Amino acid sequence: MSITLRLAWRNLWRQPRRTWLTAGAMVFSNVLLIFLIALQLGTYQAMIDNTLSAFSGHLQVQQAGYKEKQRIRQVVPRIRDVAEDLRSGLGLNSIAARGEAFTLASSESRTYGVLIIGVEPEFEPRASRIPSLVSEGRFLDNPDAPEIVVGDILALNLKAQIGDELTILGSARDGSFAAAVVNIVGIFDSGVDELDRSLAQMPLEFFQETFAMEGAGHAVVINAPSLFEVEAVAEKAKSLLPGGQNLVVHDWNDLQPGLRQAIQADLIGSWFMYGILVILVMFSVLNTQLMSVLERTREFGIVMSLGLSSGRLGRLVLLETVLIGLIGLTLGVALGGIATSWFEAHGFTYPGMEEMASQFNIPDRFYPDLNAISLFAGPTVVFVGSVLAAMYPMARLHWLQPVQAMRSA
Amino acid sequence: MTATAGIVFRLAWRNLWRNYRRTAIVLAAIVAGIWAMIFMIAFTRGMIESMVSDGIRSIPGHVQIHHPDFRNDPTVDNLMPSPGGELAAALGGEDVVAWSSRVRVPAVISSERGSRGVTLLGIDPVAEVPISFVADDIVEGRHLENERDRGLILGRRLLERIETDVGKRVVVMTQGTDNEVVDRGFRVVGVFESEIASTEEAFAFAGRAALQDLLAIGDQVSEIAVLGKNRREAEQLHRRLAETANAEVEVLPWYELNSYLGTTMRTMDGFVIVWIVVIFLALSFGFVNTLVMAVFERVREIGLMMALGMKPRTILAQIIAESLLLLAIGLAVGNILAWATIHLLSDGIDFSFVGEGLEIMGAASVLKPSLGIKDVLLSTAIVLGLGFVASLSPAIRASRYHPVAAITKE
Repeated sequence: MSITLRLAWRNLWRQPRRTWLTAGAMVFSNVLLIFLIALQLGTYQAMIDNTLSAFSGHLQVQQAGYKEKQRIRQVVPRIRDVAEDLRSGLGLNSIAARGEAFTLASSESRTYGVLIIGVEPEFEPRASRIPSLVSEGRFLDNPDAPEIVVGDILALNLKAQIGDELTILGSARDGSFAAAVVNIVGIFDSGVDELDRSLAQMPLEFFQETFAMEGAGHAVVINAPSLFEVEAVAEKAKSLLPGGQNLVVHDWNDLQPGLRQAIQADLIGSWFMYGILVILVMFSVLNTQLMSVLERTREFGIVMSLGLSSGRLGRLVLLETVLIGLIGLTLGVALGGIATSWFEAHGFTYPGMEEMASQFNIPDRFYPDLNAISLFAGPTVVFVGSVLAAMYPMARLHWLQPVQAMRSA
Repeated sequence: MTATAGIVFRLAWRNLWRNYRRTAIVLAAIVAGIWAMIFMIAFTRGMIESMVSDGIRSIPGHVQIHHPDFRNDPTVDNLMPSPGGELAAALGGEDVVAWSSRVRVPAVISSERGSRGVTLLGIDPVAEVPISFVADDIVEGRHLENERDRGLILGRRLLERIETDVGKRVVVMTQGTDNEVVDRGFRVVGVFESEIASTEEAFAFAGRAALQDLLAIGDQVSEIAVLGKNRREAEQLHRRLAETANAEVEVLPWYELNSYLGTTMRTMDGFVIVWIVVIFLALSFGFVNTLVMAVFERVREIGLMMALGMKPRTILAQIIAESLLLLAIGLAVGNILAWATIHLLSDGIDFSFVGEGLEIMGAASVLKPSLGIKDVLLSTAIVLGLGFVASLSPAIRASRYHPVAAITKE
C-alpha cells in the first residue's frame, strides 16, 4: 500500500460523519438512478415489443407512397412470391404477406367502418401476435375460405358472435364495387384498443378475389430475430426485392413514428432529473473536499515547506475523493442492484397504472430491466462527476504559499 | 422572548457568513435544487394542463349526457330525446357556460379516390363554439353556418388521405335505424387542423338537423355536451345534472368519460410530492454535513455561551434558526430563478421533433410551463418541514454539550 493511499484513507476517517454523509449522497443518487434507468429500459422494451409485435412488425415491404396515402391500387404485385423469396433469401419464417382495404362491415343489426387485412393463415401466426390472441373461436386456417376474425370491441359494436355472417362492402383495386359475405370464425383481444376496435382479418386469397387484387397485396411484414438485427435484415431484404416495381422497406420507426418519439420525449424529462441529481451530489463533494482542504491549510503548509510538491498533495486530495467515490459506487451498486432485482422479479404497480398501461401498450405491472447498462451507467456518471467536483479544491493547492499557510490559524 | 428571538436571529445570520465559502456552496446547491424542483413541477403541470384542456375540448365538455347504452354501443339505436322540461331548465343554470346537443354516429366517408371510417358529428355550430375545438381551427373554407347547413367539415389529414378538397362532394355512408345503410352526398365546405394529428382523421362534422334528416331520427340526439365554469367544478355540476336527469339517461363527468385524463391528473399530484422529497433528500446530505461541521467548529464557543448562561434550549433554537435561514434564502433565490426561467419560456418550448411521441401521451408539441401558487407553497412547506427535522440531530447534540468539557476541548 503506497503511502499516499494510506494517508488518503486515514484522512477520510478523521471526520467519519462527514465522509459518510458525502458517500451517503452518492449512495442515495446511485440507488435512485439504477432503479429509474432499469425501469425505463424495461418499460421501453415492453412498449416496443407490445406495439410492434401486435400488428405492424419490425419491417414492412410496401410500394413507395403506400404508407402515406394507403390507396388500394398502390400494390406489391405477386405478393406471395415476394414473401416466399424473402423467407428463403433471409432464412426467416417470421415473414407474411398482407392485403389491406377499408370497408363497411354490416352484421344483422350494426354497420361499422372496418380495416380488413388479408393474411396468409400459414405465416401470419409467426409474423404477429393477433393470431395467438384469438380469445374465442379459432384463427383462419384455409387460404381461400370466406372467413373472418374480428377484434373484440368491433364484435361487441357489431353485436356479432362466432358463426354470424358479416357483409363487407368496399371498392376493389380496379375501382369497381367489392362485396362479400363472410363467416366470423374467431374474435381476438390484442389489448390495443385501436386494433380491437377497427381491425378484421380474412384469408389473403379470398381477399385478393374479393378486391380484384390479381395476385397483388399491400405489405410484406418482416420480423427480425431481435430489435438489434432489424437494420441488417432491412438491408438484406432490400437487395432481395424484385426490381422496377418501386418497392421500399419501411422500418418500425417509419411505421410507428410516435413510438420512438414517445421514448425520446420521456428521455428528455428523465435526463433533466438525472442531471439535477448528479449536480447535487457534485455540490456535496465540492463542499466536503473544499472544507477538508481549508481546515488542513496549516498542515499542508508544513509538509510543503518540508519539500512535498503541491502536485503530490493534489494527488492526495484526488485520491481521497476517489476513495469516497468508490465507497459510494460500491454501496450504491450493491443496494441499488438488490432493490431493483427484487422489483425485477416481483414487478410493481401504482394506482391508475391500468389507464396508463393501455395508453402506452404496456402490461399492468412494471418490470425494471437490470443489466450492465442500468446497473453501472448512473453510478459511473456520479463517480466521474464527484471526481470533477474535487478539481477546484485541488487547484487551490497550487496557489498555496507554504509560509503564509503555516501562519494561518 | 422577542428580544431573545431577535438575538438568535441576528447571531444565526452572522454565523452563516463566518465561513462564507461553505455557506455559498451549500446555498448554491439548495438554489439549484429548488430551481429544478419548481421548474420541473411547473413544466409538468403545464404539460398536463394542456393535455387536460385539449382532452376536454375533444371529449368535449365537462359533463356529458347519453342514453345509458350509448357508450357501449354508439349507434342510432341509442338516442335520447332533445332535452326538454326539467333537464333543459337545469342546463340553463348559472354554473353552465354553454351546452350543445349532438348526433354522433360511426360513418364511412368516400371520395372517388378512397374511403375512410370516421366518427361523424352532427352539431349546432353556434352552440358548439365555446365547447369544442372545431370553430377555432378551421384553416380553409368556412365553418358550418347553422344546424341545417348541408356542408361537411373534414380534418386536414383525412382530406389528404381520400384526396378530396374544399368544394368537392363526398359520399357519407352510415347506419340508419333498422340497420339500413343510408348514404348521401355532402359538399366539403371547410377543413380543420388539430394539434393532435389523429383527431384530424377521426372526426368529421356536419349540421345536426341535416344529419337527423339523413338518419330519419326526428329531433333525437346522441349526446349533450355541457361546459361548466371550469373543470374543477365539474363534480358539483355533474351531481346537480345527474339529480335532475331521469333514469333514462347517463350523466358522466370528464374524468370518467376519459379515464386516462382523470388518472393522469391524480397521478400528477403524487408526482409533485415525490419529486419535492427526492430533491430534498439529495440536498439533505450536503445540508446536514454543513450543519454538523458548523456545530463541530464552534464547540468551544457554544460551551462559552452556555457558561455565560445561555440555556440549552436557546442553543437548540440557534442551530435550527441557522438551518432554516439557510433554507429560506435558498428557497427565495431558487423560486425567483425558477419564476424568471418560466417567464422567459412563457411562449412555450417547442418539442415538435418528438411531436408524434407526445401525441401518444395526448400532449401538444409546444409545452408551456405553468407555475401554480399551490405548488410553490407546498414545496416551501415540505422543504422547511424536512429541513427542520434534518437539523434536529446536530442541534440537539450542540445543546447537550457540557459547558466545561466544551470549553476545554481543543
